[in-house]
Amino acid sequence: MKEFWERYKRNKGAVIGLYVVVFVVLVAILAPILFSASPWELAGRPFLPPMSPKFLLGTDMLGRDILAGLAHGARVSLIVGIASALASTTIGILVGGIAGYYGGRIDDALMRFTELFQTIPSFILAIVLVAILNPTIYSVVLAIAIISWPPVARLVRGEFLSLREREFVMASIVIGQSDMRIIFTQILPNAMGPIIVMASLMVAGAILLEGSLSFLGFGDPEMMSWGFMIGSSRNLIRVAWWMSLFPGLAIFVTVLALNLVGEGLTDALNPRLAREVKA
Amino acid sequence: MSRLRYVLIRLLQGIGIILAIVVLNFFLLRAVPGDPALAMAGEAGAADAEYLQQMREDWGLDRPILEQLAIYLEGVVTLDFGYSYRFGAPVLEIIMERLPSTLLLTTAAFFFALIVGVLLGTIAALKVGSWVDTIVTVVALAFYAAPIFWFGLMSILLFAVVLDWLPPVGYQTIGAEYTGFRHFLDVAHHLILPTLTLGLFYTAIYARLARASILEVMRMEFITAARAKGLREHRVVIVHILRNAILPVISMAGFQAGHLVGGTVIIETIFAWPGIGRLAFEAVLGRDYTLLLGVFLLTSAMVVVFNLITDLIYAQVDPRIEVHS
Repeated sequence: MKEFWERYKRNKGAVIGLYVVVFVVLVAILAPILFSASPWELAGRPFLPPMSPKFLLGTDMLGRDILAGLAHGARVSLIVGIASALASTTIGILVGGIAGYYGGRIDDALMRFTELFQTIPSFILAIVLVAILNPTIYSVVLAIAIISWPPVARLVRGEFLSLREREFVMASIVIGQSDMRIIFTQILPNAMGPIIVMASLMVAGAILLEGSLSFLGFGDPEMMSWGFMIGSSRNLIRVAWWMSLFPGLAIFVTVLALNLVGEGLTDALNPRLAREVKA
Repeated sequence: MSRLRYVLIRLLQGIGIILAIVVLNFFLLRAVPGDPALAMAGEAGAADAEYLQQMREDWGLDRPILEQLAIYLEGVVTLDFGYSYRFGAPVLEIIMERLPSTLLLTTAAFFFALIVGVLLGTIAALKVGSWVDTIVTVVALAFYAAPIFWFGLMSILLFAVVLDWLPPVGYQTIGAEYTGFRHFLDVAHHLILPTLTLGLFYTAIYARLARASILEVMRMEFITAARAKGLREHRVVIVHILRNAILPVISMAGFQAGHLVGGTVIIETIFAWPGIGRLAFEAVLGRDYTLLLGVFLLTSAMVVVFNLITDLIYAQVDPRIEVHS
């Protein structure tokens, strides 16, 4: 662990990224305390510019506090980001793991299936899914997970294919351990490095996707999110630029920070792989 | 493997994938909540029981699901993607009308991203560790993380509203009725902002990829050998390094070329660009699922086609793949 941190902190960008991510997480957790009123509440006069008294970042067309919206929006972005990354990583591990472990026809079939999902234009599929399922936070997470798992599956398959031939796996087969036990206790732990790196990048990608969906109006209408704030102010950009500038900056900085953390994790967990993932 | 055989196998795989997408498409269409006949009749503006029954029979909705699938497949094969009541025209016709402006936008963005990205990546890699390299790396990282919809809005704010250099939205100046060269210039003027917005994300990807790939190739022994035998530096860079380093960029670019078309939903919506991305958005808003899934199917088919083209180009360029035998 100490060694891990030593390697991680050598990457300056990754350390800054980590601070930013921790800050966003804290804001998300503390949002209901910092801004106890609902972010939908009409708190002041409409269209107050930034630096107005009581409203550091101004208000929107209905007089809602932009800063409060940002704080509550952090919750949605992080919840959707983390939940969809977990879901897509799980699907990817299952598909890629089974394909890589069993090989042969199973591998062929599963890889064709993965290719199919890589061929479908993912953003349109996400819109189709959310439109059919009706936009809620669950359908948004599901749609993002469904379009994001293929790269994980390919990565896991590659890892499994090579680990499967290693001696400690052979030994487990010889002593008669079950396939599931070998997959989960022998191979998977050894493949976790690159999977964790990819999962951290997936959170960033999912936040961007959630932002895009909410921007177009396909997000959960009950939740104040950064994408929604930008989308609802897009026709007012000439009058009130601050309404879209700040939520966009929030997405930008969070995604950038997560990508930096991903690079740091690459350096720390798997120096050998650092080159490949950066590409 | 002979080239013909290789092409045939890839072609068959492509057709297989398209068929799978058609089937997926069919089930998605059926997964739409509610009675599709009712939805369509509602769009048509008439909903008495007799008319509904008529529609169910017309669309084969009263038959078993597999038979419905067969009817749908038959339609797709004969290029019949259904009828959009919202637009009052066959789906294919609406899509074809919108496709050229999307292709214009994506082609412009694609070549912009590829040329600028590879150029920046190459400069950064050849001057690795210098301030140029740092700037390229940081800028690429930033564009990679910037949400494209926000970036588009901010560029409208800066270049169209504050500086007033470029038109904010649209495909051409409305009411100007330009023809010939004036029309071309007008469209080109409108094309700049959406192209940059769509292209910069991909520029970032290609710059990072080209940089990483060149750095990797530069470490290889045959480069040392090329230098050792006294080749001029520009020859080493162009013939030996770039030729090999460009391969991952080509496969990534080809993979994304098809996806660019599907990725225009946001750009075309922001910039009021009359293409199929915006059409998909309008279809969702109008709950016109026949049209939406038509767009979905055609954009998927385009990805398959672009992937195939990429494979062929790759086989041509990669010095390790022998296709002439």
